[in-house]
Amino acid sequence: MSLVRTIAIAAVLIATAVAAAEIPQEQRRSGFSFMTPETQAMQSDDTANPGMLWVLDGEALWKRKAGTAEKACADCHGDAATSMKGVAARYPAFDKALGRPIDLEQRINLCRANHQQATALAFESRDLLALTAFVTRQSRGSPIETGADPQLEPFIAKGRALYGQRQGQLNLACANCHNDNWDKRLAGSAITQGHATGYPLYRLEWQTLGSLQRRLRACQTGIRAQAYDFGSPELIELELYLMSRAKGMPMEAPAVRP
Amino acid sequence: MPSALINVPAKAKRGDIIEIKTLMSHIMETGYRHTASGETVPRDIITGFICRFNGNEIFRADLFPAIAANPFFSFFTTVTESGKFEFEWIGDLGFSETASASITVE
Repeated sequence: MSLVRTIAIAAVLIATAVAAAEIPQEQRRSGFSFMTPETQAMQSDDTANPGMLWVLDGEALWKRKAGTAEKACADCHGDAATSMKGVAARYPAFDKALGRPIDLEQRINLCRANHQQATALAFESRDLLALTAFVTRQSRGSPIETGADPQLEPFIAKGRALYGQRQGQLNLACANCHNDNWDKRLAGSAITQGHATGYPLYRLEWQTLGSLQRRLRACQTGIRAQAYDFGSPELIELELYLMSRAKGMPMEAPAVRP
Repeated sequence: MPSALINVPAKAKRGDIIEIKTLMSHIMETGYRHTASGETVPRDIITGFICRFNGNEIFRADLFPAIAANPFFSFFTTVTESGKFEFEWIGDLGFSETASASITVE
């Protein structure tokens, strides 16, 4: 009996050790490489990629005056093609005033509040997704640099801990699928490595553009856990960890996923 | 103002077969869904798409509730002269959008 128990404990310890194993640098893959050639073609052609509809809307919003300050994004930032190039590849980033990391959506809303005196845009609203998509599009092809700021270290550590923490009725951690089983399938769908290179992205299942926060919340619902609220510190820390984990991989937004 | 993405080659040789691609922003609400309180979400779809070249209709499609959001069309035509493609989408709740693209045939 005690032998059986010892073996059982050993098995649990081995499973835990496996779950902690990270994907070696040379084996990292974008979700793009898991898709069918048809879906890849849809992402690669800017006139077939539905995410570009949001980029177009975002370009219009970038130039439109908003708030009581009567200022447009372009009035401060000018031409996004130069001023926003590579910016999204550094987010989530540390905000000195708040003393914590914020993602690009939160940065846009802070800009609206502080510089445009405009109301915040709701998470997943068309306008916020459009502005985020337009800004992120300017970084396409740039290597991800998130996490270079040493002030982010404790928050990345929290994100990593969340990534490895089992939760929900199915008692699964992110790492159980996306570190340990990314070369397998779940109900016919590819399990990817969870490198968030293409957000905000057009998901065919959603029939719309969605943020990384939406994707994370959908995963939590999938493992029957209580999803974190939009904008919660946990979601930002997870976003931060995922982006720092994908450091050096090229930005793809707006990507298309099945 | 809904966005549309049009892909028509700017130039072609006389007699060439060219591909035309269009993407229109639309939610394509089926009319079969219900809200949490049980009310039907009213149907809101694009019902028709027409492409004309120099005023002559060259392609037409009827759309139905099973078609996904942001409908994408790809079709082919043979070009014989320079001119203008005009695209028109019509749908529920008075939806009506147009776009155009020109081609030079050498």
